[in-house]
Amino acid sequence: MRLPCPICGERDRREFYYQGAATLAHRPSPDAGGEAWNDYVHLRDNPAGETRDLWFHEAGCGAWLVVTRDTVTHEIKGAELLERANAD
Amino acid sequence: MRFSGLKVLAQGLTGNKGWKPHWRDPAPKAEYDIIIIGGGGHGLSTAYYLAKEHGLTNIAVLEKGYIGGGNVGRNTTIVRANYALPGNSEFYSHSLKLWEGLEEDLNFNVMHSQRGIINLFHSDGQRDAFVRRGNAMVNQGDDAILLDRDGVRKMLPYISFDNPRFPVYGGLYHPRGGTARHDAVAWGYARGADQRGVDLIQNCEVTGIDIENGQVTGVQTSRGAIRAKKVGIVVAGRSSQVAAMAGMRLPIESHVLQAFVTEGLKPCIDHVVSFGMGHFYISQSDKGGLVFGGDLDFYASYAARGNLPMKEHVMEAGMALMPMIGKAKVLRSWGGIMDMSPDGSPIIDKTHIDGLYLNCGWCYGGFKAVPGSGHTFAHLMATGNMHENASGFRLDRFATGRGLMDEEGTGSQHNLH
Repeated sequence: MRLPCPICGERDRREFYYQGAATLAHRPSPDAGGEAWNDYVHLRDNPAGETRDLWFHEAGCGAWLVVTRDTVTHEIKGAELLERANAD
Repeated sequence: MRFSGLKVLAQGLTGNKGWKPHWRDPAPKAEYDIIIIGGGGHGLSTAYYLAKEHGLTNIAVLEKGYIGGGNVGRNTTIVRANYALPGNSEFYSHSLKLWEGLEEDLNFNVMHSQRGIINLFHSDGQRDAFVRRGNAMVNQGDDAILLDRDGVRKMLPYISFDNPRFPVYGGLYHPRGGTARHDAVAWGYARGADQRGVDLIQNCEVTGIDIENGQVTGVQTSRGAIRAKKVGIVVAGRSSQVAAMAGMRLPIESHVLQAFVTEGLKPCIDHVVSFGMGHFYISQSDKGGLVFGGDLDFYASYAARGNLPMKEHVMEAGMALMPMIGKAKVLRSWGGIMDMSPDGSPIIDKTHIDGLYLNCGWCYGGFKAVPGSGHTFAHLMATGNMHENASGFRLDRFATGRGLMDEEGTGSQHNLH
């Protein structure tokens, strides 16, 4: 599996740390309540098919990426910088 | 039909032409008392114990593929009860006791082999943790023996003791642990459930769950609608998709765990052995293949196959621990879809919908739990009460934070187990 880092180009999966679903980038406010926090920490859509998840280019440029991927075929459809994804 | 030595001998002498299929292939009826979604190990054992322990037989098990085609046929077949935390400890102890009577109970040879499990440790700190675990196992009434370095050497003379980075300090020996033939477990439960009147319906994919006024009323399937008073979801890696049909979002992330097998060799590894530094464990199947595995690939996946980095890690760890296996050729590798829960422990519970029950979150440890999971889930579905040995597997423990069972002590978070 190779991930297309927007800064470094296509790199081996070994260089990346997997964080999980891209929703993890949207941390609730501290007083958002138990339901919002349970949703954020534990509950997942866990799609079979296209998904968006967070990867950290740990052994590369240190950027956080939002990777669009197919969980059934392992096809990588694209990656963008987290800050760019948040701006959209 | 009952199996017996005499019957096997008679069939052997007459060309094995008299064997009949061991379960029926019924068309789905319009209505059942109970529907179990998922014809894997856990679903089949649930149906079996509903019939055997609770006298409920108007049951259908719906399987989208074929019996034994999912994780029950994709695991590394290890059976053990070496958990430390209350909640897990009594459950796996309960499950191991069911394993010990399973062949007689099912009249089916599941090749349960209590060859012993040895978990190696490589530092003082790891020894302390294993002493504690061993004491928890003994307190639960199970067996655990602490081996020192010489004790390990007597049992496993072939491993590398003087690895300069990870010297072997000793091992925790669990004599009643071992392996079983995974396919036979599925077949044995399928046959037992069928004999008691349960309909096993294959090639029948559930496409919807019918709910009226907060009460489950049946399911929609690729073979038509089927009504039911109670429905149990037992679908492992596909739990999120099936629960979504009932409007639920689960604390589950599906990951891939790889496993490997070598060509058949003469007997050389007599136990199940795990490396305490680097994720690697191994046993030898009765056919002679070395069956081994390691950790998750660590990304969400439904592909049922993994990538090269974890293959490389597992092989490296194996070579570090027992260099002799480097001469064996790897025949195959494959992956299973693991329903990972945040704290690494399973869920056996009711849902907020009346009549809808949930059994999932077995992570990478579902095989040994097959008898216990079915037995306690059947108890819950039949009586409405949690079984005393599975009372900790509540769905709401994540929302409330009460009763989390973080066996590995890494934190209740998805990517840490």
